[in-house]
Amino acid sequence: MIDIKEVKHIAELARIKFSEKELKDLQKNLSSILDYFHKLKEVNVDDIELSNNLSIDRKTTREDEPSQDNPEMSEKLVELAFERKKRFIKVKSVFN
Amino acid sequence: MDVSSLTIRKIQKGLTDKKFSCEDLTKTYLGNIQKTDKEINAFITVFDKQAVEEARRVDGLISKGKKLLALEGVPLAIKDNMLVSGQKCTAGSKILENYVAPYDATVVKKIKKQGGIILGKTNLDEFAMGASGEYSAYGVTKNPHSSEHVPGGSSSGSAAAVSADMCPVALGSDTAGSVRYPSSLCGVVGMKPTYGAVSRCGLIAMASSLDQIGPIAKNVEDAEILFNEIKGKDSMDATSYEQLQEISKKIDIKNLRIGVVKECLRDGIQKEIIDITKASIDKLEKQGAKIETVSLPHIEYGIACYYIIMPAEASSNLARYDGVKFGKTKEAKDLLNTYLETRGEFFGKEVKRRIMLGTYCLSAGYYDSYYLKAQKVIVKIKEDFDNIFKKVDLLLTPTSPFLPFKLGERLTDPLSMYMADLLTVPANLAGLPAISVPAGSVGKLPVGIQFMAPQYEEERIFKIAKFFETL
Repeated sequence: MIDIKEVKHIAELARIKFSEKELKDLQKNLSSILDYFHKLKEVNVDDIELSNNLSIDRKTTREDEPSQDNPEMSEKLVELAFERKKRFIKVKSVFN
Repeated sequence: MDVSSLTIRKIQKGLTDKKFSCEDLTKTYLGNIQKTDKEINAFITVFDKQAVEEARRVDGLISKGKKLLALEGVPLAIKDNMLVSGQKCTAGSKILENYVAPYDATVVKKIKKQGGIILGKTNLDEFAMGASGEYSAYGVTKNPHSSEHVPGGSSSGSAAAVSADMCPVALGSDTAGSVRYPSSLCGVVGMKPTYGAVSRCGLIAMASSLDQIGPIAKNVEDAEILFNEIKGKDSMDATSYEQLQEISKKIDIKNLRIGVVKECLRDGIQKEIIDITKASIDKLEKQGAKIETVSLPHIEYGIACYYIIMPAEASSNLARYDGVKFGKTKEAKDLLNTYLETRGEFFGKEVKRRIMLGTYCLSAGYYDSYYLKAQKVIVKIKEDFDNIFKKVDLLLTPTSPFLPFKLGERLTDPLSMYMADLLTVPANLAGLPAISVPAGSVGKLPVGIQFMAPQYEEERIFKIAKFFETL
């Protein structure tokens, strides 16, 4: 069983607020799922080099340049934000 | 009018022969939605007005004697995790309750360009995380064959809608079986293409290295038509590719070697499912197909690998729902609390569980023993497939390890729910094309079997599946 302190730590990293009861349920659920993962210990993977086995062999790259195809789209996307100042997205203070 | 036997070809023939108008056809499907969907709950949004307007446009074309495009006049439904510009896209989540899509997903663009009539957006497990259709924030979807049973997920609404004649074809998305599994449970055809065959641009991301959009239909021909219209390279999805036309030479069923995976017909698979699968194998063998028993020794590790990789990717993908950029927000005193409160309040239980699992597996000290290990075991699974496909052309397995379970039955034990993906997830992990086709039923409950082929060999699975459905 994973420690409740650890569940709380993970919740912080995941940026999710939970009630105490939810945390306890998660402790139970996550523990049983993680136990199941131990099944993977049965598989010997010493001979596997991941770099030679990329899951997709058709990776494409492009120059890191903004696309000019659809200039209105960036406006539309910014408009979805809750608080804006001109073209900037406004957020709550980071430090109190 | 009775639409239960209509297919894409029959619809277009009926329209051009003026047996029925597109408006009547569309209104019949909309009427079916109105009648049946109170019980089934397959749709989250229905586009009544736009669909009828679009149908009238098609009727106008027909009266002028214009030739119809590939999907022109064909009503269809889209899983509510693909964007339709100007329409709500919820992904089955509260956090996107008011989100209006600013653009069309590439698949939607393609469907519109070919004249398809979008009837609405279908229900799904929240962010496509679930195997039963019970994890939607917009209510449970029921199996049209038996309202006490789950329709399967996560494309629960799309499969149920096709099954209950609310639309002839629909799109779903498949990350571990989410097209094939509900198709099997609802008695329809569901196909997952090779990873990258269909653009994911405008599909709300769950696990990007595995997500793939696929068709759900009444028969294999319709699934193939829809697949051919949505596939292709897209500059907006770097993993997409252009499928070569006519990959395989003439395929003769008698020359096909079909591998029956022995690990998929043993303990852990419900007896009724094994019986129907064996009967299907016999039918194929009687027609001259060469059947061989084969082994995929690492297939049993698929679920464990998947439930490490998927939550890891999902926990990063879902970081964008932060109460700042779009979706819903909850007022809080500072930025950190905006994140915590928004995500705590508007994500559902299963989504939170998977984000937690993914965050755990990626956190300091655990990466090697979970994420890295899972990636390595996936290589083993792929090697199994590579070896097997040197000996056989196709693989046959059941689609689901068990019959549709009752609503609520697996909600308290997430691991038991995850087991539903056992037979479908290997195709996602290896990026293979796969299809589920109806093979029989136990009482009212449909059972499907699955064919898998090597990457890019969609044609093989369509061919065998079409042949199988005539038996």
